[in-house]
Amino acid sequence: MSELDLRELNNTEFPVPADMQGNVAITSLSKLYNWSRRSSLWPMLFGLACCAIEMIATAAARYDFSRFGMEVMRASPRQSDLMIVSGTVTKKMVVPIVRLYNQMPEPKYVLAMGACASGGGPFKEGYNVVSGIDKYLPVDVYVPGCPPTPQALIYGMIALQKKIDGQSLANMDDVPWYGVGPAEPAPVPILGPDIIDPRQMDLIRRQAEMAAAGKSFAVRALPEPIKVEKAAPKAAAAKAAVAATDDPAKAERLRKREEALARKRAAQGQNAPAAEAAGEAPTPAQAAPVAEAAPSEQGGKPKFDKEAMMAKIRAKKANKG
Amino acid sequence: MTDNAVVEQTDTNAAIAVLKEKFPDAVQDDTREGYKGIIVDKNKLVEVATAIRDELGFDYLSSATGVDYLGIGDHLEMVYHAYSTSGGPALVFKAQTLRDNAEIPSLIDVWPGADFQEREAWDLMGIRFSGHPNLKRILLWEGFNGHPLRKDWKEAYYEQDHKPFDSRWPGGHVFRAEERNVYGKNVAYPDDLDLSTLTDVSEESIYSGMGLGVSVQNLGNSEHLQTDRLIVNMGPHHPSTHGVFRMVVSLNGETIESLEPVMGYLHRNHEKIGERNTFLHNMPFTDRLDYISSMGNNHGYALAVEQLLSQGARWTPPTYRAEAIRVLMVELTRIVNHLWAIGFLLNDLGAFFTPALYAIAERERILDFFEATAGSRMMCNYMRFGGVFKDIPERIKSVANLVNDMVRDFNTMDYLTELINERLPRAVDELDQFLTDSEIIRTRTVGVGYLPPEMAIAYSAAGPLLRASGVPYDIRRADPYSIYPELDFDVAVRYNGDIYDRYLIRLDEVRESIRILKQILPRLERTHGENVFGPKQHTPRVPLGEAYGRVENPKGELGYYVVSAGDEKGPQNPWRYHVRAPSFINLTALGEMCKGHKVADVVAILGSIDIVLGETDR
Ligand code: SF4
Repeated sequence: MSELDLRELNNTEFPVPADMQGNVAITSLSKLYNWSRRSSLWPMLFGLACCAIEMIATAAARYDFSRFGMEVMRASPRQSDLMIVSGTVTKKMVVPIVRLYNQMPEPKYVLAMGACASGGGPFKEGYNVVSGIDKYLPVDVYVPGCPPTPQALIYGMIALQKKIDGQSLANMDDVPWYGVGPAEPAPVPILGPDIIDPRQMDLIRRQAEMAAAGKSFAVRALPEPIKVEKAAPKAAAAKAAVAATDDPAKAERLRKREEALARKRAAQGQNAPAAEAAGEAPTPAQAAPVAEAAPSEQGGKPKFDKEAMMAKIRAKKANKG
Repeated sequence: MTDNAVVEQTDTNAAIAVLKEKFPDAVQDDTREGYKGIIVDKNKLVEVATAIRDELGFDYLSSATGVDYLGIGDHLEMVYHAYSTSGGPALVFKAQTLRDNAEIPSLIDVWPGADFQEREAWDLMGIRFSGHPNLKRILLWEGFNGHPLRKDWKEAYYEQDHKPFDSRWPGGHVFRAEERNVYGKNVAYPDDLDLSTLTDVSEESIYSGMGLGVSVQNLGNSEHLQTDRLIVNMGPHHPSTHGVFRMVVSLNGETIESLEPVMGYLHRNHEKIGERNTFLHNMPFTDRLDYISSMGNNHGYALAVEQLLSQGARWTPPTYRAEAIRVLMVELTRIVNHLWAIGFLLNDLGAFFTPALYAIAERERILDFFEATAGSRMMCNYMRFGGVFKDIPERIKSVANLVNDMVRDFNTMDYLTELINERLPRAVDELDQFLTDSEIIRTRTVGVGYLPPEMAIAYSAAGPLLRASGVPYDIRRADPYSIYPELDFDVAVRYNGDIYDRYLIRLDEVRESIRILKQILPRLERTHGENVFGPKQHTPRVPLGEAYGRVENPKGELGYYVVSAGDEKGPQNPWRYHVRAPSFINLTALGEMCKGHKVADVVAILGSIDIVLGETDR
């Protein structure tokens, strides 16, 4: 640790006389609180899955997050300020996690490390997987990645420090723990036939009643898939494009591409349709513009039409909503 | 290779012939297309299994798993793979039962190693094992609704049987699964849910059978000092359990009377998701099983599917260079894993983090190479059916690899040569020198957690755990794959079966791996420029049948049991995808190993097994 530099804390319009600088600081209470909290974030020693391995690597010699005052990993929730949710949160595990969170003294922060903790990640569809710890706990920082690299984790923790720097004692939403009385604990889920969130008991009860009455009260229907207009076969579309464009260089380029494609198809012989279906078919994102570009170009308007595009995007959004 | 195959085949065939003679009514060939082995009448299962173990010498039960053939015969099936610890191929036998009231006799008396695997089959597949003394759910909690691996069981936001889902591909849009559920949560309650009678039985059921409370008669009746019996929970949040593992220990004073492992806190539904995925989709998921050795997991899965693919047309086996690269990756992974395991074993013994720091420093060197090659440090997703997805790069460059280090740029082969010939051997010697003769380590580990060889085999222990008990069983030699037959290395064995030997055997294995790697380097030079991946197969046509691919992963035998139902059209999905996880099965013996030791030793014994929860719980 470098020597404490009090100048870091100076925060008011009152100037500190030159000969006292470094010995005296005039600051605000918020700044003092924030500074002391952010400079010694003690994470809980607590790993869930693969991401935990990268968290350990972050703590180890090469990345060494003790450079930022975060190295004191405490195994006890009673001594920690920060819960790094490092991995997949399963239904079976979320019960202890919420309990651990409730045992942490305030002020406390939660960092969701990795895709799983942030939103379920690759295992989101699993029947035992909670899609993100934020369904149960308030999360301060999300770090994307699967797993996030150690650099990303450090970046996330620095982001948390910045967040703390911005908190003000005057705003009780920022720092609810300075309010009066003990804080409400996060409700601990119950393991029944499936996981039960106590906050949703009423809803579940209603569902159970409706089910008993023979009404179906199940999952919402799937959204309609967006129908992709079958793109005109590549060859035809490209040919149309060649014919339509009036820029000779572009026409030349398109023609060459067309020839190359034809050669490739000939080389593949019979397999061509199968191969296309299997993997080389254009992804929808690529296919759609080809099909749509052709008519618009035929209309003698080869330039990118921003208005039309925006309209299309808006329509798509409306569809989704 | 072909010669070998013929000989091996006759071995198992002879065994099957003997069985058929002995049990003419109970044993039949499995004649389904692409299937191997025999189908045993379930009423005779225990007798046949005993004969397989005692008379035919297949003394090691590697894997036992259930398959639901809904719509293809409408039965449930248990599939057992038994091997001989002297080497050779598997004897596959199966027992079938109806889907309603499914019940099969338990093999726990023949192979205690079947314990957890049968509990898993009960939990996920709903097969009841008569005669199993402790048939409780193992990965999910008691009270969970249904058995998820049954084909007709659906998740809360079930969309479709197989990926890619129509709503998303082609041209669909992604929507959040939880949006579909009225609660905004991924939960499905049974229709007859009655909240008024709902009780949480999940905790109670863990303690039942532990003998909670003090037995009054015993107090004062013995010459020894008697203390209260105490139940101590370790985990799921405990720094020594290497993740979210939990042990419920019943103590007499400080001495362990019984230990019940509780797992499933990281059960990520690998197998259910795997059966929705296409074959290739599963590759990145295997990375996340044993997340310390992802390359090894890739290899096992690739081998399993390649077994199936090789039965079909249009199959090109991996080139020599691809095989060499695979071995390179896998052996580097083994080194990473063992260094990590040793570092953390020392953590568990109380040498908090210093040895681990040394181990992790070496790991980073290897990870740099993985990152340069596969694009990711940990989750490499590197192997493909028929090769590896790309060749090793010419140069290892890191622009932003270190937080405050300079940009580095090496020639890959130079980097590897230096790593393999100098850096890693030095690191092993260093660990050896600091730790092996340390008096504290010896006092804590010698003679602790003893596992006799017979028991190791009976409990289906695998990997270093098995070999430290004096059983020289290494799949790279016993049932060789890839280019291991032509490589020169010894199977490391130690004979005392305690924590100390399990530590030593990991050092031995790292040294053997370095020896292998030294032979791989010239092979890489020689094959420079050769192709590493045959004709691109985005969605391989996997022929009908079953396959069991297994590799010697750092933690033990990693096996994949894959069944293809062989759809004609569309992307294909495995009908059954099961992972025989060494970490999971090695834990079967944990209770036995801990009995009679002090509570502090549990931590060390667990550390010496070297588990990783991603694989234990899947
Ligand atoms: S985000 Fe990826 S690496 Fe992290 S826990 Fe989930 S699967 Fe593992």
